[in-house]
Amino acid sequence: MARIVIDPLTRIEGHLRIEAQVEGGAISDAWSSGTMFRGLELVVRNRDPREAWYWLQRICSVCTVVHALASVRAVEDALQIEVPDNARLVRNLIAGAQLVQDHVVHFYHLQALDWVDVASAIKADPVKTAQIAGSLSEWPKSGASHFRAVQTQVRTLVESGQLSVFANGYWGHPAYRLPPEVNLLAVSHYLDALEFQREFIKIHAVLGGKNPHLQTFLVGGMATAMDPDSPQAPINPERMQLLRTLIEMGRQFVRQVYVPDVLAVAGFYPDWFTRGEGVGNFMSYGDYPGKSMHDPSAFFQPAGVVRKRDISAVQPFSPEKITEYVARSWYEYGDNKPAKHPFEGETRPTYTGPKPPYDHLQVEQKYSWLKAPRYENEAMELGPLARFLVAYSAGKQPAKALVDATLAQIKQPAAALFSTLGRIAARALEAQLMADKLTDWWQELEDNLGRRSLAMHNGERWDPDSWPRSCRGFGWHEAPRGSLGHWVEIENGAIRNYQVIAPTTWNGGPRDAAGQRGPYEAALIKHPIADPDKPLELLRTIHSFDPCLACAVQLVDARGRRWRAVETA
Amino acid sequence: MAAALGLPPLAAAEVAATLERKRRPVLVWLELQDCAGNSESMLRSSHPSITELVLSFFSWEYHETIMAAAGKQAEGVLDRVVREEAGKYLAIVEGSIPTGDPGYCTIGGRSALDIAQRVCGSAAAVIAIGSCAFDGGPQRSAPNPTGAVGVGDAIPNLNLVNMGGCPHNPANTAALLVYWLTYGRMPALDAHKRPLFAYGRIVHDQCGRRANFDAGRFVERWDDEGARLGYCLYKMGCKGPQGTFNCPVVRWNDGTSWPVESGHGCAACASYRFWDTALPLYQRLPGVPGFGVDVTAGKIGGWLTAGVATGLGLHGIASAARAQMRPRGEAPRGGPTEIARRSGLVEREGPPEKS
Repeated sequence: MARIVIDPLTRIEGHLRIEAQVEGGAISDAWSSGTMFRGLELVVRNRDPREAWYWLQRICSVCTVVHALASVRAVEDALQIEVPDNARLVRNLIAGAQLVQDHVVHFYHLQALDWVDVASAIKADPVKTAQIAGSLSEWPKSGASHFRAVQTQVRTLVESGQLSVFANGYWGHPAYRLPPEVNLLAVSHYLDALEFQREFIKIHAVLGGKNPHLQTFLVGGMATAMDPDSPQAPINPERMQLLRTLIEMGRQFVRQVYVPDVLAVAGFYPDWFTRGEGVGNFMSYGDYPGKSMHDPSAFFQPAGVVRKRDISAVQPFSPEKITEYVARSWYEYGDNKPAKHPFEGETRPTYTGPKPPYDHLQVEQKYSWLKAPRYENEAMELGPLARFLVAYSAGKQPAKALVDATLAQIKQPAAALFSTLGRIAARALEAQLMADKLTDWWQELEDNLGRRSLAMHNGERWDPDSWPRSCRGFGWHEAPRGSLGHWVEIENGAIRNYQVIAPTTWNGGPRDAAGQRGPYEAALIKHPIADPDKPLELLRTIHSFDPCLACAVQLVDARGRRWRAVETA
Repeated sequence: MAAALGLPPLAAAEVAATLERKRRPVLVWLELQDCAGNSESMLRSSHPSITELVLSFFSWEYHETIMAAAGKQAEGVLDRVVREEAGKYLAIVEGSIPTGDPGYCTIGGRSALDIAQRVCGSAAAVIAIGSCAFDGGPQRSAPNPTGAVGVGDAIPNLNLVNMGGCPHNPANTAALLVYWLTYGRMPALDAHKRPLFAYGRIVHDQCGRRANFDAGRFVERWDDEGARLGYCLYKMGCKGPQGTFNCPVVRWNDGTSWPVESGHGCAACASYRFWDTALPLYQRLPGVPGFGVDVTAGKIGGWLTAGVATGLGLHGIASAARAQMRPRGEAPRGGPTEIARRSGLVEREGPPEKS
């Protein structure tokens, strides 16, 4: 019996530590810990709600945009204003492009090295690789000479003895199963994806001024004024054509490279459709409005709850049923209640973990900077898989048809969805649906530009003098990793309280007061570990959730209590 | 490079192979209290591309967001570099360092300060990349719950370059890295240790909308006629007259756009402690605490600032007399404890100052 530690758990966003108990070659228990805290919700207190989005976007930049969007929505909800249709479309385009790019980068640059043995690519036959590539898609960079050049690049790197980011990887691990040709193909696409992510994200530069950390959000709409007849309008006919070209690039890459690669790789690892299930409960807040955030019937991604793998019917979602536990987290609730709703919660960060440098966390006590959100006291998994299961059980098209067709294509039953590979496949299919949908929103914006329906900002409540003395709002967004919620209380024109619960808080959080594991912890149980010193199998499942730890570590102080910073001894 | 010489793709591999046969300089990238924005921004590099930087120009050995190794194997990579490449490797640091409880940021069971001291202490040079590593970032603003500070404030006596910005612009950083590779030293720096080639001029003086400022054409309300015509965003809170960065010239994402061009004012995000001296976002200059003191080039800075202030006065926008501005202090001095105390371990009364 051994306790293994993985810290840093790399190829994620942020700082995650996993401790796991290994017995008889398999994981018998696991603990997930976020090891970094900043306290940004405290920093925004007393500030202008109209700029909260700028500060809170800095919670994370792998999923840049998501916190800015949830923030402006929370303030708009508090002020009870709706944004013009063009602002809805610009926000959908920004968020949808973020999702596509984020999922592509996640698969190739964060996840792929768990399944792809880079060193093995040296042994591949470039001609056979070209045949395989041609059988998978019409992606043009698929000739034998191209693969030979990529192979030479890998060989030179390996022979130099300086492997750069590939140094000390688990190359040759028995859990790798791709033939050398598929490894070479995947490495080639890893490089293609590095080019793609730089180009495609220019959508954000057009609509947001820059990426990362877009800068055109406004409470009430967007700053990207549009005009078909002005050379300096941020959105005009020329800018629209740049957007159209980039959107088409996204559709092509997802359909010709990303999705075929995921399905091809999955074919070599069928047993990974039978492990890695989290808690069997899934949730989505719903998003991508067709009209307003308060009209969920027109959402592109529906809201709902799926419990205990039951996809026969979807249950409705109510944000009032969310509570957060701090029983195993480095926080104290002042009145010693075990759990609080975001509008009522009140916490202080209180580190009671071991003094660094340390070897192990005190996993029987408090062990994480993440809190443990629960929905009706149950742990929930959020993310692309959750969204697909909610859409599937709601009978929503084209999601349902795509899931059924894909399961048929890879010859897997529906139960295969509840697994590590199910998560990875859902992420790819979601990128495909979103890449296609971007075209629709672009067309709506183009039509509005043409008919000179140009409103981009609702300024009715821009002036704080027009605000009620106190109000509060809930803003949310279906971020790439799952449901994100922002809760704001405004008093006398300033933020009185702010709370964030991010998807990774749900997925990566610790046990609650009843000892129920969070999704990461539950998903690892019974994983085979061929070599405890190289726990590749564990990485596969944790990466399948697409962790974002900077997002996940937030805190609340609902009572307006003046904060006293921790003083050093 | 081979493409520029007009060689076919196979020759490109040979040229690359020649480059790679020489021992590549080692680079490590630490992430502390960060949001990964600077890592993400670096991925967008185009000249050279991130692929060239990571696989051909450097041996880019430690970078938690993208490296293959995890846990013990990742720690082993960093240990090897610190031990065997001492005095030769480049250390890039992203994110702030908490000076409060060390438990606020640990990696591999070690505190961020401990890791930064060890890795930066043996590096040939250190680049603090992005606002958090430069000046502590947003988490350093009141009430600074963790005592966050930037690298230069936490660890004295480093061969340090600060790449301010939230995040840095990879066009500048890629140029800086190649400069270092080519000349074996860093380029000329300002008083905040930021390269002059990127940070040496005020944004306002490079701005494509400057003609509108000079002619008195302003956006008065979001999405008004002026917004559609690209008028000056000064009245909507733009901090261009204060910011020092090259965004209007280099722009973002391969020259695609920058915030002002897309319709929203500049936040002066490359300036030291802009979170406290340039924000609130929608408060007009010169009403923010740091106006006029960002450029520390002495007389030249003062002249430029006075020129801008006069311009604002001419437009009847604000009484911009120098005496009415509230300058903050110079660059910080003192050891980590004193700096930590000054940065936020003392309880603050009430909300941040409004002017």
